[in-house]
Amino acid sequence: MNGFQQFFYDLAQEHPKWNFIYFYDPTQTERVVDGFWMTVQLSVICVILSVIIGVIGAWIQGAHSKTLRLVMQGYIQFFRNTPPLIQLMFFYFALGQFTPTYSPDGWLEVPIISNVGWAIISLSFFAGAFNVEIFRAGIEAVPESTQEAAEALGMNRLQIYIYVVLPLAFRVSLPALNNNLVNLVKTTTQALAIAVPELLYQMISIYNDYSTAQNACMLLLFIAYIVLVGILVFGMHRWERHMRIPGYGV
Amino acid sequence: MSDTAWTPDQPLVSIRDVHKSFGDLEVLKGVSLDVMKGEVICIIGPSGSGKSTLIRCVNALNTIDRGSIMVEGQEVHDPDLDKLELRKKVGMVFQQYNLFPHKTALENVMMAPLKVLKQPPDEVEKRARALIDRVNLTGKEGAYPGELSGGQQQRVAIARSLAMNPDVMLFDEVTAALDPETVNEVLLAIKDLAQDGMTCILVTHEMGFAREVADHIYFTDRGIIVEHGPPTTFFSEAKDPRTQEFLSQIL
Repeated sequence: MNGFQQFFYDLAQEHPKWNFIYFYDPTQTERVVDGFWMTVQLSVICVILSVIIGVIGAWIQGAHSKTLRLVMQGYIQFFRNTPPLIQLMFFYFALGQFTPTYSPDGWLEVPIISNVGWAIISLSFFAGAFNVEIFRAGIEAVPESTQEAAEALGMNRLQIYIYVVLPLAFRVSLPALNNNLVNLVKTTTQALAIAVPELLYQMISIYNDYSTAQNACMLLLFIAYIVLVGILVFGMHRWERHMRIPGYGV
Repeated sequence: MSDTAWTPDQPLVSIRDVHKSFGDLEVLKGVSLDVMKGEVICIIGPSGSGKSTLIRCVNALNTIDRGSIMVEGQEVHDPDLDKLELRKKVGMVFQQYNLFPHKTALENVMMAPLKVLKQPPDEVEKRARALIDRVNLTGKEGAYPGELSGGQQQRVAIARSLAMNPDVMLFDEVTAALDPETVNEVLLAIKDLAQDGMTCILVTHEMGFAREVADHIYFTDRGIIVEHGPPTTFFSEAKDPRTQEFLSQIL
């Protein structure tokens, strides 16, 4: 044990309520690192997928086909109005029964979509439903008259969408998008309900094994999420500033 | 009604018996007028008389219910109309400028030639700079619309429209939203265009300006042209009581 590890080991001996076991027991350290990494991966993938779902969904909401618009409306209502925890469980336990399986070693049958896969799908659709609404609001904020000017300059619908509507809508949407993505990162903790080994799952595992580590684990959880969400917010704010234009937007 | 038969001695814009309703409200009740190449016409009249609607129909921003609008022999009312071809010929400037707020003045002017006509960027930029110079905004190329005054924005809008090299320009109450002190700079830019031989259709409340630059003035009220004539006689010898009343209020 080095000095750092020794310090926390001694601390735990003296004050059993503050057992920072992950600082001196390599096995627990690994659990924390694994959990953190899983949370980061889950967050990044879901953020990206949910934004893509949002952009495509907002485009579908403006489509001519009534059926398409109805399907989109149904999707939004379902995912926005039901708890994400239930969605996760529904995807994994209910839909998971119907997913095809494969057998990598010839013995065990493994479903082609793992619990991590279901968590990504479920959380992306959950946050994506909000993103659709966020982008739609942004698109509606682009004045009709600005689009008309583009039309008068000979632009077609697609050109107007790409060069005028989207760049403006995106700027208006950023603050709301920011909030939703922060929520998404925090909601990834609920993936523990389907045994995704993300940070919360790992921390609970640690203090189930070593009950004296509970306070230390809680502390680490708070700090980890403050840092993680902090990085996201910092990045989004920088982006917002970079995109800011004089006399426009929020 | 052949599309190819147009020659410059025929009206560049020919509006015939145009009717247009929004729901139950009939805003144009059979309007006809001709604009020859190089001519400047002003359409005046009280609010809600259909002036703006009329010029918005000329570049197909509004559809018409009945009648005909020909631009260089091309029927605008045709459902198979090639809108891009029409809009290359017809430029339009709006009351609220409607610049692209996320683009600088220069980028606003360059946008359509680049993205719509797909012209080479360096050539487009050269022309755009010349146009910005022409509307007296040299030095403001890098400014965003939010950093410009109303009058400056409106001049950028004029340059943006000219970048498409139109044959006729439509001005829809372009000074109505401006502060009084910036109205003049915009009117000067338009006057400069008119003197250069650009065909212009203006909807305006600036009677002094109309008197000065217009070749012909049309007075509209409740969807019809009540009276028209050259400015020399129009203002002094208005015959219709509605025209007289309007002019007495405004002059």
